[in-house]
Amino acid sequence: MIEFRNVHMSFNDELILKGVSFTIIRGQTKIILGVSGSGKSTILKLILGLIKPDSGQILIDDQDITGLKEPELVEVRRRIGMVFQEGALFDSLSVRENVGYRLYEEGKMSEQEIQDAVLRLLGFVGLEEAIDKMPAELSGGMKRRVGLARALMVSPKVVLYDEPTAGLDPITKRSIVELMIKLRDLEGVTTVFVTHDIGAARILSSEYAVAEPDGTISFRRGGEVLCLANVHFLMLQDGTISFEGRFEELRESRDPYIQRFVT
Amino acid sequence: MSNRLVDALEAPSRLLTNAILEIQSYTLLSFRAIGNLFTRPIYGREIFLQMDRIGVGSLTIIILTGFFTGAVLGIQSESALRRYGAVSITGQLVAITLIRELGPVLSALMVAGRIGSGIAAELGSMVVSEQITAMRALGTDPIRKLVTPRMVATVVMLPMLTVICDAVGIGGGWIIARYKLLLSSSQYWSDAMNAILFSDAVGSLMKPIVFGFIISMTGCYVGLNTHGGTEGVGRSTISAVVSSSILVIAADFFLNNLIISISPYLNP
Repeated sequence: MIEFRNVHMSFNDELILKGVSFTIIRGQTKIILGVSGSGKSTILKLILGLIKPDSGQILIDDQDITGLKEPELVEVRRRIGMVFQEGALFDSLSVRENVGYRLYEEGKMSEQEIQDAVLRLLGFVGLEEAIDKMPAELSGGMKRRVGLARALMVSPKVVLYDEPTAGLDPITKRSIVELMIKLRDLEGVTTVFVTHDIGAARILSSEYAVAEPDGTISFRRGGEVLCLANVHFLMLQDGTISFEGRFEELRESRDPYIQRFVT
Repeated sequence: MSNRLVDALEAPSRLLTNAILEIQSYTLLSFRAIGNLFTRPIYGREIFLQMDRIGVGSLTIIILTGFFTGAVLGIQSESALRRYGAVSITGQLVAITLIRELGPVLSALMVAGRIGSGIAAELGSMVVSEQITAMRALGTDPIRKLVTPRMVATVVMLPMLTVICDAVGIGGGWIIARYKLLLSSSQYWSDAMNAILFSDAVGSLMKPIVFGFIISMTGCYVGLNTHGGTEGVGRSTISAVVSSSILVIAADFFLNNLIISISPYLNP
């Protein structure tokens, strides 16, 4: 579904990615770990075609996007949602206009239809009452949830998360990760999670969501379920991938750098 | 040792390369902003919103600037003209100075301070909070949505503001002429009107169009190239005002030369 082939990328003469290759298959959860400035966010921007690599290929649904022009990239971006670090909501627009941004831009739907779609997504992130607020009135956690709702507007098959839990308290952090788990397990969304927050990564790789017969959703731990078996870790270190595999393997790695990261 | 020599030789060439790169991306941004006018979608609502902010919002400062400039011209012309016994042509002097030079330039500088800084600060904070990236990720071209409307609005509104500035300024000069210099109103006004040539009218419209383009594009360019967090936004704001003011004054010099060289063909 997403494939990097020997991607090199530099900013201002500094090499950020030195030949990065990996594959993300449909339904997989890829957790990309690394310290600040290791090029984690760069990978997400490359997937969306927001920046172009110096060399190498990036394939989205078997299509190489490195040579595509901006209008063609818009089509690719429709299939991918992205949640930004601080939400990156548009300050001048209300929550309603932020979440419904894509629909307002397309201008094909009536006000009422957009309102319904916005309310449905705000319901998913638990923020229906905030529909008429401005981003400045929201807390950090709420901004990220609105950002998630905005990313989900066109039902993307893939959602990219750029450190959505950074700087949040443990309870808010958990609520964000639970939303990610719900999306993954109940909607079958392919997840790419970039973070240095090993705690959030641990929750995402050890818990799964189940819809109970009475309509509520519960989170369970452990066991050999497919959605957890599909969680893969990827460690970015000095511009190359120094580890790829499951959490158990990551924990048992003898690499001192990884050891320091995990503990 | 040889490395240092290479570095010393590289520094000026890198400076030059950077300058050329800046000019290139500024030009590219300008062409894209103009090119967007000829393809869909065009953000009409956004253009009107910006016109309101830039035009109507700047009305007060433009009226105040125009009035006091005209009044000062009236007072200053007296002391200069009395020596030649020509106080009666005050109207002519005020009108020509305002329409040819002070109206367009002062309006542009006031708008550069108010609008150029505002654009740079707004776009700059959108860059550092990743809103521009988010906009692209959501499939919108930020140049089309943000730059083009600001450019159109400034280019349309600045000439209007300049005309208002000129008119209020000539009015300010009239108050001085009538009540301080005790000239007759009819003399002041007929003098003022007769002094204005067709080339002055062309110039007084051409200048604000160019200035408006410079102010909006500089604000957008500096804003979109903001880096370094909130501190960077502050730097961008200063840089937008300083660069656009200097560019306006430099462009004024070249436009004056152009207008003077074409004026024989314009005035019958």
